Amino acid sequence: MVEKQFTVTADTGIHARPATLLVQTASKFNADIHLEYKGKTVNLKSIMGVMSLGIGQGGEIKISADGSDEQEAIAGIEETLKKEGLAE
Amino acid sequence: MSFLNGIAASSGIAIAKAYRLVEPDLSFEKKNIKDSTEEIARFQSALSASKSELEVIRDNALKKLGADKAAIFDAHLLVLSDPELIHPIEDKIKNEQVSAEYALKETADMFVMMFEQMENEYMKERAADIRDVTKRVLSHLLGVQIVNPSLIAEEVIIIAEDLTPSDTAQLNRQFVKGFATDIGGRTSHSAIMARSLEIPAVVGTKESTKVIQNGDLLIVDGLKGLVHINPTPEAVVEYEKELRNHEIQKTEWAKLIHEKSFTADQSFVELAANIGTPNDLEGVINNGGEGIGLYRTEFLYMGRSQLPTEEEQFESYKSVLEGMSGKPVVVRTLDIGGDKKLPYLNLPEELNPFLGFRAIRLCLEQQDMFRTQLRALLRASSYGNLKIMFPMIATLEEFREGKSILEEEKQKLVSEGEKVSDHIEVGIMVEIPSTAVLADQFAKEVDFFSIGTNDLIQYTMAADRMNERVSYLYQPYNPSILRLIKMVIDAAHQEGKWAGMCGEMAGDEMAIPLLLGLGLDEFSMSATSILKARSQIRNLNKKEMEKLAADALKMKTADEVLRAVKKI
Repeated sequence: MVEKQFTVTADTGIHARPATLLVQTASKFNADIHLEYKGKTVNLKSIMGVMSLGIGQGGEIKISADGSDEQEAIAGIEETLKKEGLAE
Repeated sequence: MSFLNGIAASSGIAIAKAYRLVEPDLSFEKKNIKDSTEEIARFQSALSASKSELEVIRDNALKKLGADKAAIFDAHLLVLSDPELIHPIEDKIKNEQVSAEYALKETADMFVMMFEQMENEYMKERAADIRDVTKRVLSHLLGVQIVNPSLIAEEVIIIAEDLTPSDTAQLNRQFVKGFATDIGGRTSHSAIMARSLEIPAVVGTKESTKVIQNGDLLIVDGLKGLVHINPTPEAVVEYEKELRNHEIQKTEWAKLIHEKSFTADQSFVELAANIGTPNDLEGVINNGGEGIGLYRTEFLYMGRSQLPTEEEQFESYKSVLEGMSGKPVVVRTLDIGGDKKLPYLNLPEELNPFLGFRAIRLCLEQQDMFRTQLRALLRASSYGNLKIMFPMIATLEEFREGKSILEEEKQKLVSEGEKVSDHIEVGIMVEIPSTAVLADQFAKEVDFFSIGTNDLIQYTMAADRMNERVSYLYQPYNPSILRLIKMVIDAAHQEGKWAGMCGEMAGDEMAIPLLLGLGLDEFSMSATSILKARSQIRNLNKKEMEKLAADALKMKTADEVLRAVKKI
């Protein structure tokens, strides 16, 4: 399993479009991918899970991936987060 | 063949097949099933049918409405692939041996509840997304058709109980030729939108959704307020002829696009347009509008899940001001409440919304929202000829408070180094009788009046304009209304100010002679009425109209006034 920590920089937090992008990206991989925020963990392939967290700007999030393509998954998610200016 | 009577809401004639925009019946009974594998397969196929439908809607939205609106459907698609939703449903079917409908509804309702209980407004809105998506899947499971106005791909006439502003905004002008609704009046929002979209419409037919079936051939006669159902071929021919004549008349009027609006005796009035969004500008210019007399800003706030930002508003205001190239643009600050609701403001339901917490009353209390709008307006002011108008002013204190907030924001912007015009006129809508009666005092402090007749009539006659049973009290020609209008115009002129009108009455060919005679300076109407009004005004003599108006003021009933107007 691999994990990586990020800080949300988008001023709207992870809502609407950002949440959609993140879930779309995560869904491309076979690995089980989870997101942890404020002690709560949700399936990153679940739009409702991600949106239910209400992640705001400045939020600390931890992404973990477990499975055959876990490395690629983390890299892919990191790329989306950075490219869209969501987190670093 | 048969026909329905209704209220002529938007002129013109449309001939096309009916498309019912009616919520389908999605009720079902809890059923136990034997073969859960088969039931899951049925669920899966409803899911994939829903997905392909949503993909089409998303692509349409992307083309017509832009990436922003399309993103909503991307989110809906993801909900349909959400393992946290799908797996529990499949487990429920398997473990409890229940039908897919039941498992779906139970599981989705749990999520809806969870989102509804959240603190954050945005999250609460997500409950609506889940409900929406669930409905779609349910419709496929039950084999009923869900309505998708954005999927319409042939010429139709929309039949609905009522159309919300966001429904109307989604209608595709290319295919939607007209509409007929069960409820509503000439001044309900659906009617106003129909006129601004130039779609013939008949509202308040009471039973269009009951008697009209999908695919019925209809003629919507937006002049007489008639809907013909499965007309005879002769009637169709007759109407087609009328449709052509209408086109010919329009070509005649089009010659007046670049003409000024002078009366026969060379008295000038301004003919302006009412708009809802920057998209309406094209219509204003194509119809020779000499200004915008009413920019209804509430559409910026509708059909979304949070308040528009200052930047978004600034861009809209700027594009309208620039688009009008220096011609006057009267922007009305947020007029929400009454028949226009904003779910995300979470305002409590009121028994009398038209008499309640709306428009300026709301803005003066929720000042953050108001100040954001004023800042956006002030910043846009240097791009054209901006005039700001407060709606629903009942007392001078309200106007003074609104204006002082505006001044505060202006000072702040100036000290931040923003460019703000020094020539912004600040006026009010006159739609509450107290303000009309006290217009002489208001005129000393405001820069202009714009008479909102739809509300002024409803408040003066104490007749809800959404209630068809009292629609006979919507009497623009009643001498009481004319006297109020005269008080407002005279008060303005006394102080060297101008008076306009942005209600329906300003574009009404029976009212124009009277208003001209009463001395109205600016007539603001649906863009599509401008050329017709201009051609009418060019044939009227102001001196004669003054005489007509003076007589009308002394008459006893609306009928009497109407008869006098018809004589000229």
